[in-house]
Amino acid sequence: MTAYLARRLGYYAILLVAAVCLSYVLASTALDPRAYFEGRRPPPSPEAIDAQLTALGINGGTPLPERLWHWLAGAVHGDFGRTIDDTSVTAEFGRRLGVSLRLLLSGTVLGTVVGVLAGAWTAVRQYRLSDRAVTLASFLLLSTPTFLLAVLLKIGAIKLNAVLGTDLIQFTGEKDPDLHGGLLAELRDRGVHLLLPTLSIGLVTIAAYSRYQRNTMLDVLGADYLRTARAKGLSRGRALVRHGLRTALIPMSTYFSYGFLALFTGATFTEIVFGWHGMGEWLVESIGKDDINSVVAVSAFAAVVVLLSGFLADLLHAALDPRVRT
Amino acid sequence: MTTESVVAAAADAVEAPLGAAALPGRGRTVLRRFLARRSALAGMVVVVLLFVLAFAGPFLTHWSYSDIDYTALRSAPSAEHWFGTNRIGQDVFAQTVRGLQKSLLIGLLVGLVATVLAAAVGAGAGYFGGWTDRSLMFLVDLLLVFPSFLIIAIVAPRLRATGWLAFVGLLTLFAWMITARVVRSMTLSLREREFVRAAQYMGVHPARIIVRHILPNIASFLIIDATIAVGGAVMSETALSYFGFGVQSPDVSLGTLIADNTGAAVTYPWMFFFAAGLLVVFVLAVNLIGDGLRDAFDPTARKARS
Repeated sequence: MTAYLARRLGYYAILLVAAVCLSYVLASTALDPRAYFEGRRPPPSPEAIDAQLTALGINGGTPLPERLWHWLAGAVHGDFGRTIDDTSVTAEFGRRLGVSLRLLLSGTVLGTVVGVLAGAWTAVRQYRLSDRAVTLASFLLLSTPTFLLAVLLKIGAIKLNAVLGTDLIQFTGEKDPDLHGGLLAELRDRGVHLLLPTLSIGLVTIAAYSRYQRNTMLDVLGADYLRTARAKGLSRGRALVRHGLRTALIPMSTYFSYGFLALFTGATFTEIVFGWHGMGEWLVESIGKDDINSVVAVSAFAAVVVLLSGFLADLLHAALDPRVRT
Repeated sequence: MTTESVVAAAADAVEAPLGAAALPGRGRTVLRRFLARRSALAGMVVVVLLFVLAFAGPFLTHWSYSDIDYTALRSAPSAEHWFGTNRIGQDVFAQTVRGLQKSLLIGLLVGLVATVLAAAVGAGAGYFGGWTDRSLMFLVDLLLVFPSFLIIAIVAPRLRATGWLAFVGLLTLFAWMITARVVRSMTLSLREREFVRAAQYMGVHPARIIVRHILPNIASFLIIDATIAVGGAVMSETALSYFGFGVQSPDVSLGTLIADNTGAAVTYPWMFFFAAGLLVVFVLAVNLIGDGLRDAFDPTARKARS
């Protein structure tokens, strides 16, 4: 099992380096930081722009491989260069990391746990009313793009707040900047702000996972070993969880890594809609400013997160399926 | 990202469509099963109606999507403006059908081209194996790791001058990878079958084997996947257009319409909800068709009573 996981990890490391280099090359060729400085009023002299670009390490005059090498040498030591406004990318990265990770984590946990449970439950109750209701709801959710769901949730919250006459559900930003209170008040405030963004990425994930889990669970339900488990005296619930759900989870580990890709994109959109200052918003901002180093940092983050989820899926697969461990 | 379980899942699916060409009237059987499913039939009807609306709609009203009616700003739906007007007096019906048209065209093109690409890459990688397989799958993994949103967002504004077809190309570039993986694993098991072996020993050209022997056997998967891909492409297109990275003004798509009128959704709902509603209805209908096709092609996948 260790050899298997080490092999996967090595492959992911190569993929990561390739993806980061590719995004550096792409960002450097497509973005034009010179235009950003030339667009300033009053425009700086060409010499000043040149000097500034060189200082930031993004001067088009320097050959691309040299710039890439310089950037990589810094990145290995945790220095991702300077933003176009000459602040540290690493510092900005640290500020935004927590914001994005909180949203990704809450969305993933909500989506995976509820999705898997809902799928398993509807499979057991196939063609009952509850199964049909969940199926219909998940079809509707799967047909709504995440950005639209986020917008609809926001509209719903505005209407609800208007009806109640208070700001019950807060939905702008990740916290109330004017809040002064103890730790408890702050935690509550953050939790309320987390509610709608989590729902907007979590609901789609629930819908997707419950469909997959329902299918894999249905395949398992008729299996002989489940009948054997019942025959040797296990209760129905125990047999379903220990022998049914566990087997049905194995193919799910593959969906998990693909599902995370969709979730990550959805989180980007959700951040922008709800005004969270996370990675997704940073990406859109830095593209607008032709900020090469920031764009590369965000794409490196995305690659790491996606590969990490892939590795987690491998771990899960190895833990559930003994055949992989050899 | 393991492929083992996909292989296992795909192996079942390969069994089902065998003899697609051999059995006469299979198409008719599939069609009968498809039509027997009410939800799939309803999805089909809705998609046809939406296409009719998108392409005949502009001729039903004398307003064009860019016309401005200065006498009616923010007016509610009426006989003159069926879906009302927006804040600068443009006819919402004309804009919505125009946006629908663009979104449907983009979705259809991306769905079709991506499936063809996925079939070619997946079957090639699975059939030839070795380094072809390894390098193609590395490419697939690389594109999966890359945040597609990032590349489209960087590149799309630079392609503004080339119009929306370049945008279709970009969307396609990031829509084929997962399908290609499944096609590859299906091809892996088909490659060992007698009829492929026979063709190989007879000296048939590999490209011909793929087109004549491999692809027809996974046709049902490809048809289903292309259907679902159309819905997915429409969702990607609207999302990117919503954030200003997709279809550019003066052209409109459902995404740009939703983006422009989100702020008015509470006070002037007609500006927002027609576009948003049509988007959801279309994707839902496409998904229902895909689901119906899956059951029609492979009734064994649907256990017990139905």
